[in-house]
Amino acid sequence: MALTEPILAVRDLNAWYGESHVLHGIEFEVHRSECVSLLGRNGAGRTTTLRSILGLTDRRTGRVCVFGEDTARWPTHRIARLGVGFCPEERGIFSALTCEENLMLPPVLKNSQMAMSVEEIYEIFPNLYERRRSPGMKLSGGEQQMLALGRILRTGASLLLLDEISEGLAPVIVQTLARAIKRLKSKGYTILLVEQNFRFAAPLSDRMLVIEHGQVVETINRSELGEKMPRLQELLGV
Amino acid sequence: MKRTLILGVLGIAALAVAPMVVYPILLMKILCFALFASAFNLLVGYTGLLSFGHAAFFGTAGYMFGATTKLWGFSPELGLLVSVAVSTVLGCLIGSLAIRRQGIYFSMITLALSQLLYFAIQQIPMLGRDDGFQGIPRGMLFGVIDLSNDITLYVVIAVCFVLGIAAVIRVVGSPFGQVLEAIRENEPRAISLGYAVNRYKLLAFTLSAALTGLAGGLKALVISYESLTDLHWGTSGDVILMTLLGGMGTILGPVLGSAFVITLQNWLADKVGEWVSVIIGAVFLCCVLLFRRGFVGEGLAIWRRFAKGRSQPRVSARPAAHSVTQSTFVEQPTVHV
Amino acid sequence: METIFGVPLNAFAGQLVLGLVNGCFYAILSLGLAVIFGLLNVVNFAHGAMYMLGAYLAYVLLTMFGVPYWASLAIVPIAVGILGVVLERAFLQWLYKLDHIYGLLATFGLATIIEGLMRAQFGVSGQRFPVPEALTGATNLGFMMVPTYRIWVVAASLLACFVVWLLIERTRLGATLRAGTQNPKLVAAFGVNVPLLVMCTFGAGVGLAAFAGVLAAPLVQINPLIGQSLTITVFAVVVIGGMGSIVGSVVTGLALGVVEGVTKIFYPEASATVVFLVMVLVLLLRPAGLFGKGN
Repeated sequence: MALTEPILAVRDLNAWYGESHVLHGIEFEVHRSECVSLLGRNGAGRTTTLRSILGLTDRRTGRVCVFGEDTARWPTHRIARLGVGFCPEERGIFSALTCEENLMLPPVLKNSQMAMSVEEIYEIFPNLYERRRSPGMKLSGGEQQMLALGRILRTGASLLLLDEISEGLAPVIVQTLARAIKRLKSKGYTILLVEQNFRFAAPLSDRMLVIEHGQVVETINRSELGEKMPRLQELLGV
Repeated sequence: MKRTLILGVLGIAALAVAPMVVYPILLMKILCFALFASAFNLLVGYTGLLSFGHAAFFGTAGYMFGATTKLWGFSPELGLLVSVAVSTVLGCLIGSLAIRRQGIYFSMITLALSQLLYFAIQQIPMLGRDDGFQGIPRGMLFGVIDLSNDITLYVVIAVCFVLGIAAVIRVVGSPFGQVLEAIRENEPRAISLGYAVNRYKLLAFTLSAALTGLAGGLKALVISYESLTDLHWGTSGDVILMTLLGGMGTILGPVLGSAFVITLQNWLADKVGEWVSVIIGAVFLCCVLLFRRGFVGEGLAIWRRFAKGRSQPRVSARPAAHSVTQSTFVEQPTVHV
Repeated sequence: METIFGVPLNAFAGQLVLGLVNGCFYAILSLGLAVIFGLLNVVNFAHGAMYMLGAYLAYVLLTMFGVPYWASLAIVPIAVGILGVVLERAFLQWLYKLDHIYGLLATFGLATIIEGLMRAQFGVSGQRFPVPEALTGATNLGFMMVPTYRIWVVAASLLACFVVWLLIERTRLGATLRAGTQNPKLVAAFGVNVPLLVMCTFGAGVGLAAFAGVLAAPLVQINPLIGQSLTITVFAVVVIGGMGSIVGSVVTGLALGVVEGVTKIFYPEASATVVFLVMVLVLLLRPAGLFGKGN
């Protein structure tokens, strides 16, 4: 695909959980090395947006182009194999596996120059090396989050979908995560963040999209953040 | 209310006319199984508990009826009383054990316990073991009504059937029935609302077993013969099919379903020999895959679509079939050492 | 002659071995059932039918094509495994989103069809499968004589269980399986082809049952009904032991086989029901099962 084509292009995305119509025509694009945040109140549809990109909702319509491929009909694992990495809201650390087993679990995508080696990941997240033999459930919240992020880095995914990674973590760990994301961005990773905490998201994002009732109601570029702050606060109910 | 009344009158009219069209013994057998399936539906369709061992109550009741009337000279109504009493007690015992586990484990426990009962009864020489129990007398109802006449017997069976169905309708429409449906839809919610869910389940189980016992006793009365087949889990499977095919969670469903299955089995019996079970199994499989709402459920869905055009179907007071979709605490073991 | 509890030592030990052999079959089958349930959330009512098919296939291969027992041990599980994959794709995959009971009911339907077809084809009379040459006769264990074939069955079963344990607990594939049991959607989001994994797991599970069938072929009268009561007994075994643990399934299966064998010595009429009685006891005393729940 051409260098100017977006890594992710979403057009008129509608999604359902059972009978519940959650997304009503989401549209946006993300280009290589961009970091875009999805902000909004609880229940607005931010997590659903991430999940529907991977086809994890019950039903979806619209166009979702990932790395140039129209993935509307594709099964989840096929979309993931294009180079998509997902950190779910609940972190999804498997209690039946040790920390290192969790890390090694996702398969490495073919032809990926981005795939980090285990050593590189332990370098970014030293805590994980110390706890590598611990069962998954014995890790602290911060360690679980680092593990969740680390394991998708190992696969070579270059489009990262991160769901509320700062939630419930101590400020010092949040800072570590922010540093990690800045580093990833500079290495060419494309990142889509879902965040409650816009103080965490704002310094990292090139653009912020506010989602309300399953639609994008406001787009704020980094440069506009100052002047649009009141509007943002109004939308987020802060 | 009005609709129930109309359907009720139609139903009784149908019952009155039926023996002129259908062979009475077959008809009575259908009514017994229809009662069996309705009792079973109370548990699976309305409470959401799949028992795979209802044959235990059906068969044991039949044997008890046979033993009391033939060996000890009880009159039929006393025999039926014993049948119901025994299956009620059994229901309470088996239910209290099975309810200790949820979801699929519940079903497996009921299956295993009914198998236990099968073996137990198989051991008793007095009950005929593998040869079955023959020559169950028709007797004199209340000492005065001679049941050896098929039509007289038919009236008795029909009356019992109507009373049984009426009981099911009453239970389903009562506050108790509403709680059962709540348990089926979302058990954790029901618990959090303060309902002693296990007690409701046990009561529903026992009630279902009692009515099943009535059906079993009546069937033994009609056929004059009881065999281990009625205790075998194949019979439990049959009643599941009848309920599923007719429509779980509806009143009419089990009746239609049992009529269909009994008639089908009857019709196939001398034609295809061993292939009966293959055909029944195939019907079962198709039903599970394609026809989960059953005759009544699918019929209601079609009628609603037709009556309302393309707009949203309105929520009906009568619960639609396909009820056992919300699973309660389904235990999710992970495979570990 | 030495006696133990009033029974001659030889007879006691003999029944114990028989019980152990039965226990091996319980172990293998409950293991397969547990693995299938873990990933698919389907309780495979047709598991016993697969065991029966395994025995029959070994018999047919021998009598019609002259395929020896040793080759059957490899061919039959693969063949039945492929059948399992076909059945999973055709019938079971549509049911995963629904309540678990539909999986149980669908496999019940399948079991009825399979057994009915076999009955229509072969009737209900039993067929004999000869013990393979190398394993005929008896071996002297010092304190008793044991038919050599039975020693082989115990050894082969324990080996099979060990291999399954190894695969699940010590390999990448096994880790993926364990993770898929907990959170299949997330595993798919990592790029693992979960439908393929599910398909193969079902195939492997029923292949394992068929393997037990081949092992059983020289020991039983092969008829279409041998799977039925085994299915229900294995259900009781998994209720007792729980389906969350491999070691739990195997230990429970073996233990119950031995319990059954011992019961046969002292109170033969109860031997068919003792497993269910143990189940009742466990439900009263330890409702969550001997090895508890996985999480």
